[in-house]
Amino acid sequence: MVATFFKGEWLSMSLSSASSRRTKKRRSNGVEFTAKEVKRQWVLIVISVFYVIYGLIFNYVPLAGWIMAFQNYKLKTGIFHSKFVGLDKFKFLFTSSDFIGVVRNTFCMGALNLIFSTITAIGFAILLNEIKNLWGKKIIQTVSYLPHFLSWIVVCGIVSDALSTTGIINELLIKFHILDDTFLFLGSKPWFWPIVTLSHLWKETGWNAIIYLAAITSIDPALYESASIDGAGRFQKMWYVTLPSLRPTIMILLLMNIGNVLNAGFEIQYILGNDVVRSVSRTIDIYVLQWAMDGTNLDFSLGTAAGVFKTLVSIVLIVAGNTIAKKTGDERLF
Amino acid sequence: MAPEDIVFTICNTIFMVLFAVVTLYPILNTLAISFNEGNDAVRGGIHLLPRVWSLKSYSIVIHKEGIIQGAKITVLRTIIATLASLAANALLSFILSRKKFLFKSGLSLFWIITMYANGGLIPTIVLFRSLHLIGTFWVYVIPGLVSAFNVMVMRTYMSGIPDSLEESAQLEGAGYMTVFIRIISPLCKPVYATIALFSAVWHWNSWFDAMLYNRSNLKYTTLQYELMKLLDSVSTQSSANQSANALSQGNTATANKNTVRAAATILTMAPIICLYPFLQRYFVTGLTIGGVKE
Repeated sequence: MVATFFKGEWLSMSLSSASSRRTKKRRSNGVEFTAKEVKRQWVLIVISVFYVIYGLIFNYVPLAGWIMAFQNYKLKTGIFHSKFVGLDKFKFLFTSSDFIGVVRNTFCMGALNLIFSTITAIGFAILLNEIKNLWGKKIIQTVSYLPHFLSWIVVCGIVSDALSTTGIINELLIKFHILDDTFLFLGSKPWFWPIVTLSHLWKETGWNAIIYLAAITSIDPALYESASIDGAGRFQKMWYVTLPSLRPTIMILLLMNIGNVLNAGFEIQYILGNDVVRSVSRTIDIYVLQWAMDGTNLDFSLGTAAGVFKTLVSIVLIVAGNTIAKKTGDERLF
Repeated sequence: MAPEDIVFTICNTIFMVLFAVVTLYPILNTLAISFNEGNDAVRGGIHLLPRVWSLKSYSIVIHKEGIIQGAKITVLRTIIATLASLAANALLSFILSRKKFLFKSGLSLFWIITMYANGGLIPTIVLFRSLHLIGTFWVYVIPGLVSAFNVMVMRTYMSGIPDSLEESAQLEGAGYMTVFIRIISPLCKPVYATIALFSAVWHWNSWFDAMLYNRSNLKYTTLQYELMKLLDSVSTQSSANQSANALSQGNTATANKNTVRAAATILTMAPIICLYPFLQRYFVTGLTIGGVKE
């Protein structure tokens, strides 16, 4: 059986232990809740208290801040005295063509990213695995995940230089007579989403492929041998042995990333976006930022409402994905 | 080997070489442009080697207001925040990996929820404001101390360490802290190194928090944020005008916007690229460290 990978493993492990039933006297991990045990573990308990306080402040208090989405929050009046307006802010969001467009952008770019990065990561992993020269394989792999460690500022700088009218892309396209004159890619609306997707691919393919490569190396060689005996060629082995063996890994990673489809849209869109392509480049996070930082037009409530919407949708997506995975008998998160 | 095999191998090899070229070329190209003389760079057509060598761009970048300060803050923040969060995450992982801990499931659930439910940008800003963290250096360090994700990875690793070690130490009178510091931690060096490296890279590359919380406070700006401001203020489209002016003034060695951008980019990514060959094995083992059990 293919080894389960770390995200799936620790997640299911921790969640199952968290939800196991507690009997009256013993904890789920079989320890009696007695004064003696408490005294024995006092160091752990005292330190945990500090972690709980920290977690409450930095993780749970902002959650309580969701109430701002239901208020007409003003900095002067603060949380406790701002007027409560119920679902007004949400109504505004869902009737604003601005916001609808922003959600569309975020979702499309997120989905494109998810689909293509999964396909290319798997494809790259499978093809790289077919390279027999160990030394070459190592070099290619090392090179492939180098861009992952560069910041998006650096990558966007490189991308915008490459796509500029004096950059390499235009140069190549003109040389091969695909274009007659230089084309301003970054000022073109239809090209924005492909540019974002391709930039993600350039930056992350090698890195994303690592997990798949590790999974492939743990496939039982006997499966390949019996496939050879049955007369399978290289492609057939890839299709009938490698891919199905990768299925659990693919499912778990897809599951984890589906919840993020609305989240992966900020840095590159913010840096590369410009006035010309605004209608397709703005994402939910940029929209929220605008309401939080635009001097004259601050509306914390609106920004919070948009953020709440995004988080709720992410949770729904994760739960939905998990339910589907359960139904089809695949690996799941919980 | 069957003929289709040979064709496939050849195509695959070509594909991999192309892949490496596409990955490396933009970086090498930027390197070449950064070392090129400004006016000459405007003509375009520089690929892997500079045509007219010049270090002017680098000197301009280094003397730009804010870059040095940004570098200082970024280095400081990377070191302090990485070490602090490593310690914080490790200690929590230790507690959560102790099998007999009374509140193990409760505390785990408490932290796992934080991975999925996030307050969002604005509530966080409001919180930081009331904690007086805005406009300080510590806004980079304190909020990120505990990351549930890292804690889970470390916890899985620590759970794999045999209980007998802990038990025999406790028989000899060691308390939990002694067990953590002298027994578990030395065994966790690989996972510590990996988490620390991920954390360090993240801090090195971060700019958004500088923009949010220290925008008007130049004292605490970060390197990447300065780079972003620099790249933003100079678009390559205006480079031709700039260089034409310089030429008419009789400057011999110039740096135009293109080369300055390139130099700034190279300076910012240089540390990562230099350390990369030595550290990359930690990154790879880190991804699989939590789960693949032999």
